[in-house]
Amino acid sequence: MGVATGVKGKVSGRLKGHGRFAMVLLFLAVGLVLALFVASIFGTVMLSLSDVVKMTIDKLPFIDLQDTWRAADETIFFQIRLPRVVASALVGAALATAGVLFQGLLRNPMADPYIIGTSAGAALGATVAMVLPIELSLLGFGLVPLAAFIGALGTVFLVYNLARVGGKTPVVSMLLAGFVVSALLVAIISFMMAISDQLDLNIRSVYSFLMGHISVVGWEWSVFIAPLVVAGVVVARFFAYHLNAFSLGEEGAAYVGIEVERDKILILALGSVLTAAAVSIGGLISFVGLVMPHSVRLVLGPDHRLLLPASALAGAIFVVFADLLARVVLAPTEIPVGIVTAIVGAPFFLYLLRRSRREYAF
Amino acid sequence: MIGLSIKQVFFSYGNGLVLHDIDLSVEPGEMVGLLGPNGSGKTTLIKLASGILKPGQGEIWLDGSNLNQIKRKAVARSIAVMPQQFHIPFAFRVGEVVMLGRIPFIRTLTGETEADREAVGYALELAGISELEQRRFDELSGGERQKVILAMVLAQQPELLLLDEPTVHLDITHQVEILELVRGLNRRQGLTVVAAMHDLNLASLYFDRLVLLKEGRVLADGTPAEVITENMLREVFAASVKVEAHPATGAPHVVIMPEESDHYSVD
Repeated sequence: MGVATGVKGKVSGRLKGHGRFAMVLLFLAVGLVLALFVASIFGTVMLSLSDVVKMTIDKLPFIDLQDTWRAADETIFFQIRLPRVVASALVGAALATAGVLFQGLLRNPMADPYIIGTSAGAALGATVAMVLPIELSLLGFGLVPLAAFIGALGTVFLVYNLARVGGKTPVVSMLLAGFVVSALLVAIISFMMAISDQLDLNIRSVYSFLMGHISVVGWEWSVFIAPLVVAGVVVARFFAYHLNAFSLGEEGAAYVGIEVERDKILILALGSVLTAAAVSIGGLISFVGLVMPHSVRLVLGPDHRLLLPASALAGAIFVVFADLLARVVLAPTEIPVGIVTAIVGAPFFLYLLRRSRREYAF
Repeated sequence: MIGLSIKQVFFSYGNGLVLHDIDLSVEPGEMVGLLGPNGSGKTTLIKLASGILKPGQGEIWLDGSNLNQIKRKAVARSIAVMPQQFHIPFAFRVGEVVMLGRIPFIRTLTGETEADREAVGYALELAGISELEQRRFDELSGGERQKVILAMVLAQQPELLLLDEPTVHLDITHQVEILELVRGLNRRQGLTVVAAMHDLNLASLYFDRLVLLKEGRVLADGTPAEVITENMLREVFAASVKVEAHPATGAPHVVIMPEESDHYSVD
């Protein structure tokens, strides 16, 4: 034991604390920027990497490069590709962060951002908005993302209050209430889909919402959602110690000074807002919120101080590439990105799981 | 160092009182063991004393302030609690688990400081597990894990330490090591200790004062010699026992008498 542990201690004890955190996050941040550029150049019209980098630098304040690129390319990059790619990154960061928050709070490896009903609520909201015979447009975005956002948050609020007994909200009650409310909402959606023919409802886009599809065209909705996601990811980091404490269980967390019920509400609310933001852009993209946190934990360990920001960045990179594949593999047909995240994500996660030869205490 | 005073406390989980009219004052620097059969209210009393349960009636005072009006973070800076066991689902390293004990002192914005890291190092040393710092908590033995948890609560630098049957799943080596360490801190640093104890003989050896509970009431409160008597134990436990003197210390030592012993006793 002695020698083996000693060696292991040196290898994994390596760069300690903040130095290691900073290195990992810098690496991932650079990776994300590269991913954004690379994903932007692919599409019906191929752009050149050097052009998009120059265009971006040109946009920076006080820098003015000579325009060596085509004006049409600039429009494609800024008005079509970049909004889409940035939206994917927002979805990935939001889902992965929400996944870490829910898994940490609930101490449940199967927890994902949708576990307490956000997905069903968002889906119902989106379905109702799609079915409604009104063409409403607020500030340049349609009714669907807004309805999905409100549906997700409304459902969590309902589930939380249903599970509340005598000033406390036990995790088990919340999971069960979430499950039952989801089942009910899904039944309502299915019913609407079943009768859609008779009533001549426009339901086709519901399918793409349910499978996950980055539906952003232009910046309007992202301008509203981006600050929310960025703020959410930053605020989540402030709960890192709380989440570490919750790994002792709710009682143990209280022993080390956590106000359990108050912090539970805050963490749930934060995770739900992030999830609602993500589904309002991308529908129900599966797998990201469940598996990105586990993957990052397998590689970097369970300390939430690193796990939270690293998962956000890794989740963003993952969805940017998944959406790239969804766009180009069968172009001009788009595959729902939720299918890509599962097909690419599942083998990748299994590889990580098998690679670590020790039992995974998640 | 601080004391704790429990005044006319009643408690119920919903149906039926678990604790009746408990009056118990723990002076700073005392080392008190709570005894009693399963279901007598020991664990509930520990939880009330930690502040995570609130009394239905009565009050608990921590050094002149009402415990239930103090914020959790402030409570955690003076009271640490070591339960029977913690299940930690994540693959934390030992050093990271012990650092959890510093959470009441860590400011979110600045993160852990050198003082926190020193406290963790010192706690690991006290618990005699410095060499385990980089090991994964979930891969340790039960005895090692309990020492890690002890190091965690010591990193909290409490003035009052509450223990809920801290030795219940351990072999005698670890039982003795943990109780020796706790008593050492009580003697040398005046750490106030209140522990629910399962094992009457360990309680008799390591505690100065014992409180015997029966069905949520205090039946006896005094030195081991006053509390661990055949009469008392007969009143509380169904098993038949004999109390003898410990060969080295003279403390009461409980010997269990098997039901059939009459049949083959010689005299």
